[in-house]
Amino acid sequence: MTATAADPTVETARRTGNRGWRRFRRHRLAMIGVACILLLVLACVAGPWLLPFDDLRIDMRARFAPPLTGWHLFGTDPLGRDLCARLLMAGRISLSVAFAAMVISTIVGSAVGVVAGYYGRAVGAVLMRLVDAMLCFPAVFLLLTLAALLKPDPITITLIIAATSWMEVARVVESQIRTLRERDFTLAAEMMGASDARIMVDELLRNAIGPIVVAATLTVARAILMEAYISFLGYGIQPPTASWGNMLNNAQQYLTSAPWLALVPGIAITLAVTSFNFIGDGLRDALDARLES
Amino acid sequence: MAQFLFGRALQSLLLLWLVSMIGFAVLHLTPGGPLSQFALVPGMTQARLAEIAHEMGLDRSLPVQYWEWASRLLTGDWGRSYRDQSPVLDVIGSHLFATLELMATAILIAVLLGVWIGVMGAVRRYSFADMLATVGAMVALSIPTFWFGLVVIYIFSVRLQWLPAGNMYTVGDGSLLDFLHHLIAPALVLALVEVAVWSRYMRASMIDVINQDYIRTARAKGLPEKRVLIRHALRNALLPMITLAGLELPTLLGGALVTETVFTWPGMGRLFLDSLGYRDYPVVMGILMVSALLVLLGNLLADILCAVADPRIRLD
Repeated sequence: MTATAADPTVETARRTGNRGWRRFRRHRLAMIGVACILLLVLACVAGPWLLPFDDLRIDMRARFAPPLTGWHLFGTDPLGRDLCARLLMAGRISLSVAFAAMVISTIVGSAVGVVAGYYGRAVGAVLMRLVDAMLCFPAVFLLLTLAALLKPDPITITLIIAATSWMEVARVVESQIRTLRERDFTLAAEMMGASDARIMVDELLRNAIGPIVVAATLTVARAILMEAYISFLGYGIQPPTASWGNMLNNAQQYLTSAPWLALVPGIAITLAVTSFNFIGDGLRDALDARLES
Repeated sequence: MAQFLFGRALQSLLLLWLVSMIGFAVLHLTPGGPLSQFALVPGMTQARLAEIAHEMGLDRSLPVQYWEWASRLLTGDWGRSYRDQSPVLDVIGSHLFATLELMATAILIAVLLGVWIGVMGAVRRYSFADMLATVGAMVALSIPTFWFGLVVIYIFSVRLQWLPAGNMYTVGDGSLLDFLHHLIAPALVLALVEVAVWSRYMRASMIDVINQDYIRTARAKGLPEKRVLIRHALRNALLPMITLAGLELPTLLGGALVTETVFTWPGMGRLFLDSLGYRDYPVVMGILMVSALLVLLGNLLADILCAVADPRIRLD
């Protein structure tokens, strides 16, 4: 059966989608968040070409220039490298790492959550206790240990951030699936003889997409913070590759003489994380079905 | 009640077992396993490495190794630090107290401030102050703890020179006053995120309670609003906060690690980073296990407290 516009279920779905989107657009803070992220991404992608400085060019005559010295918008670092160019190049790394970590942990978390929620009983119990056990370790401790044990390049860092953040997604998805599993449409699909895989993907995951999107957005925020923490402590992205976290690595010792070294990357991190958190908040309000009634 | 306690304790034991498996797995993730440290010693030969591996029992099957490791852990033998050969538990024990002091102070600040902000937000919902608190909490949750620490040091130590920039005591001064003076900044920095979390949950919980029938009854009886809010609403709204305190422990411990680094506070977090720097895996593993244990115990304690404080839980 092909779904036509006259099909009432399609019609309802589209209308709910539109309503959600409208509600999201009315969430002022979330829209500010979207604007900030778009601006940041645009700046990080296009900015380095427009700036007259290379992020790696060392200029010992221009060391410790405060912000707004000539074309050095945010000043320079102890090696005379332009801080703005470094910030934008670092943004490419930090945002890509966070985004990739989000994609991986969302896929892993959804898979674990849907399997645990669908099969329940022993399988569900084992998987969810594993989630509980992983959450017993403070994330920073686990991240640092893994980062110190393995070779810290951007791909490894992405993988270990994902390895320590899929649990929240799994919890959200599992609780959603458990209720969706009892709904009539799931039982109908079951009775029509649909395979387990088909029910899990077509009936359950598709209907849990709202909470998954919200959890994924919040995971990006968390991943940016986590990368910043481990890079700041020296176990994340290694120089000369700049990341928002490792730019702050040596900033503490120059706090008296060159405070902008600490301020600028920190503001970028806070801006990005706050934006993603607000977007997640707006999406939750927009997609939460309970607000419909 | 006894049954509830038993069930809950059993669950914690199961989790403890899983936690130990993860810890063991992490230890064996080291390229080369725990041996890698010895491979760095100058003049090390393959034959000598194999000998050490045999002495350490690394040539046996993984389940056997896990069994040995876990049973030593249970009897209190957590291995020896590579750095000075002192027992891991002693090393951790000498740093644990400083971390607990910092965490306790932060929790105290977070509870007092968070509850106050949350209650005010619930009572004056959608007022300007409430909106400000909502946005403020979101921003506070998004600020990297270490960066906030740097900002605090810059403002209060470098610029205003009101607070020391780090350490626990001034050299040559060991008074309580000096200690407190050093404690203010790191405790506030660590508390920031928790204040945000607590105020959010407190606000939601308080709104939940205020809409209950018994609050309407209390108001209808003609009780003064303040009495209704404090005696009737707050007491019940605080109940879920006990669970929250347990759930927030991992965040708090992780925050403590970062805060201690920025403020050179001589706690477990600093020890952890120093040990990572020296590749002192026995201590690193020990701290990983101790922190997970603390979290497990904290959650168990929170659940028990909750059951003691809330008579409704005993019924099911």
